[in-house]
Amino acid sequence: MSELTFTLLRLGYLVLLWVFVLSAVAVLRRDLAGPRTASGRRRRPELAGPAPSPTPGGGAPRAPQRGGPSRLVVVAGPLTGTTIPLTSSGVLIGRAPSCTLVLDDDYSSSRHARIFPQGGQWFVEDLGSTNGTYIGEERVQGILPLAPGVGVQIGQSVVELQG
Amino acid sequence: MSALRPEENAPTRVAEAILLVVALALGMGGMWMVGYSIQDGLPEGFWTYSIVLAALAFTAHIVLRLRAPYADQVILPAVILLNSVSMAMILRQDLDPAGIDGANASRHLMWTALGIIVACVALFAIKDHRSLRRLTYTAMIVGIVLVILPLVPGLGREINGAQIWIFIGPFSAQPAEFAKIAFAVFFAGYLVANRDTLALAGKKFLGLQLPRLRDLGPILIVWAVSLAVLVGEKDLGTSLLFFGLFVGMLYLATDRVGWIVIGLTMFAGGAVLAWSIFSHVQLRVNIWLDALNPDLMNGPSYQLVQGLFAMSYGGMFGAGWGEGYPEYIPFAFSDFIYASLGEELGLTGLLAILLIYLVIVQRGLRHAIGVRDGFGKLLAGGLAFVMALQLFVVVGGITRVIPLTGLTLPFMAQGGSSLLANWIVIALMLRISDAARRPSALPTRGALADPVPAAANGDAIAVGGAGPVQAETEAGAGRGATPDDATQIVRGVDR
Repeated sequence: MSELTFTLLRLGYLVLLWVFVLSAVAVLRRDLAGPRTASGRRRRPELAGPAPSPTPGGGAPRAPQRGGPSRLVVVAGPLTGTTIPLTSSGVLIGRAPSCTLVLDDDYSSSRHARIFPQGGQWFVEDLGSTNGTYIGEERVQGILPLAPGVGVQIGQSVVELQG
Repeated sequence: MSALRPEENAPTRVAEAILLVVALALGMGGMWMVGYSIQDGLPEGFWTYSIVLAALAFTAHIVLRLRAPYADQVILPAVILLNSVSMAMILRQDLDPAGIDGANASRHLMWTALGIIVACVALFAIKDHRSLRRLTYTAMIVGIVLVILPLVPGLGREINGAQIWIFIGPFSAQPAEFAKIAFAVFFAGYLVANRDTLALAGKKFLGLQLPRLRDLGPILIVWAVSLAVLVGEKDLGTSLLFFGLFVGMLYLATDRVGWIVIGLTMFAGGAVLAWSIFSHVQLRVNIWLDALNPDLMNGPSYQLVQGLFAMSYGGMFGAGWGEGYPEYIPFAFSDFIYASLGEELGLTGLLAILLIYLVIVQRGLRHAIGVRDGFGKLLAGGLAFVMALQLFVVVGGITRVIPLTGLTLPFMAQGGSSLLANWIVIALMLRISDAARRPSALPTRGALADPVPAAANGDAIAVGGAGPVQAETEAGAGRGATPDDATQIVRGVDR
C-alpha cells in the first residue's frame, strides 16, 4: 500500500469516526427537540381556545361523561402544574409508587385518597389517611361528590378537576 | 427513525440499526487497515472477528426490539463502536511482529461475546428494573463480599502492586468491577428510602445544610470500606470509584451540596493520611508528580512515561492503524489501551472516543430524568455517574491529571471482568431507558401542565379524520415538559 493511500485511509478513518459521533449527536438532538408533529399540535390548542369537549378517542377509556372534567391538575404543593388525564378507572393519590399520582410528601399517606367517576359524577374518597383529605376546611369522611374546580387538599398538595 | 412520533405503535429502531452498521464498519475498517499495515494483507481471522461482532451486535438489536422496544437507540451502537475499535487495537497488538505478551484478540472476542450474551439475558430476565429494589440489602452484602474477596489469603494475589484480582483455579477476575453494579443497586435502594432524612434534617452552617451526625452512619461505613480498599488492596482507583459513587448518588438523591463538600473533605483527609503512612501511596504520588525524573523514568514511572510518549507520537491525527509502537508500553492492550489508541488515532480519534463515552453517560443521566420511579432515577444516574467517574480516573491517570490507578477503560481494555460487568451496566441502562421512554398515562413527576384545555376539534382535522381519530390531542403533556414526557402522556391517552 502506498504512502498516499495509507494517509488517505488514515484520515478517512478519523472522518468516519466523527461521522459516527455527529450522527449519534444528531439522534440525540432530535430526541431533545422532540417530534415536530407533537410540538405543532401542542401549540394549536392555544389558538383554538378552550375546547368544548374531550375527544371521544379511538376506543380508549375516557372520562365517562362528555363535557365532564378531563384531567386532574395539581394546583398547589411541590408538584404544582402536574396534570393527569382522567380515565374511567379513577386516580389513586398517595406516596406509594403504585399510585397514579405519586406525592413525595411526608404529610401524605401511602394510599391517601381516590378520585373516581360513577354515574356521570366524580367522587373523592379518603382511604383512611393519617392526616386527612380536605375540601376547603371540611375533612372528607367516606365518599363525597367532587365538582370541577374544587380544590382537594392532600398533604401539602391541592388537586382539582378541570375541564 | 422517529422513535417519538406518537402515532406509531412502537419505534422501529432504524436509527439504531444504521448507527450499528457505521460502528461495525469502523471496527472492520480498523482491522482491515491493521492487516494491510502490518502484514500487507487481510489479517488472520478478519472475517471471523467481523462476522461474530456483527452477529452479536444485531442479536442485541433484535433482543432490544423484542424486549425493550422503547429503549434508547444510541447506547448500543456507541458501545459496539467502542468494543469493535478496541477489537481492532487488540488484534493489532496480537499480530505485532515485535510480539506483545498478553494481547489476545480471540480472548477479547470471546469475552465480548459473553458480555453481549449476558446483557441480552439480563434484558430478558429483568422485565422491570424496579424488581431490583427488592435486592437492596442483598446487593449490599454481595458488594462488600466482592470488594473484600481479593484480600482473602489464597484467593487474592498482588499483581503489579495492587491486590484487586482473585484467582480460582485457571480463572481470574477483578471483582470490584461487579461490586460497582451491586453498590449502585444498594445505594439506589437505600437512598430512595432514606433520602428525606438525609435531605431535610440538620443545621445550616455557612449556607450549607449539614446533615445530622446520626445520619452520617452509612457514609462513614462506605468511607471506611473504601479506605480499607485503598490500604488493603493498594488501589486508589477502586476506592475512589466506590466513594465517589456513593457521594454522587447522595447528591442525586438529596440535592444537597453539603454532601459533596463533606465527601470531598473526607476523601482528601483519608488520602492524605494514607499518603503519609504508606510508602506505596507515596510512590504513586511521586510517579504522578515527577514522572519524567530520570530516576523514576526507567523504573516505576516507565509505563506512564511510555504512554505519554506514545500519545505525543500520535499527535493530532495519529500515526495510523498499525504504525505505532505499542510494544514499548507495558499493558498497552489493557490498562494503557487509551495511550496506544492515542498513538494510532491521534488526538482527533481520542476526542471522538471520549465524546462517545460522553454520549453514553448523557443518555444514562437523561433517562434518570425521564424515568418515573425514584429507584430507577437513582440507579440510572448512579450507573451513568460511575461510568463517567471510571473514565475520569482511567484517562486522568494515563494523562497525568491524577495518580495512575489500576482501573480499566470500560469496553475497550482487554479483560473479562471489565467487559462483562460493563455490558451488564449497559443492559440495566437500556432497561431503564425503555421504562423512561415507554408511553404511559402518568406524567413525569413535576412535568408542567398545559394550562390550555385540549382542543379536540382542531386536531381531528389535522389528523385528517380518517379512521378512528386518535385521542392524542390530550395535550396534557404540556409545554416546558421534555418531549419524552410529552410523548408519554400523549400516547398514554391513546391506549
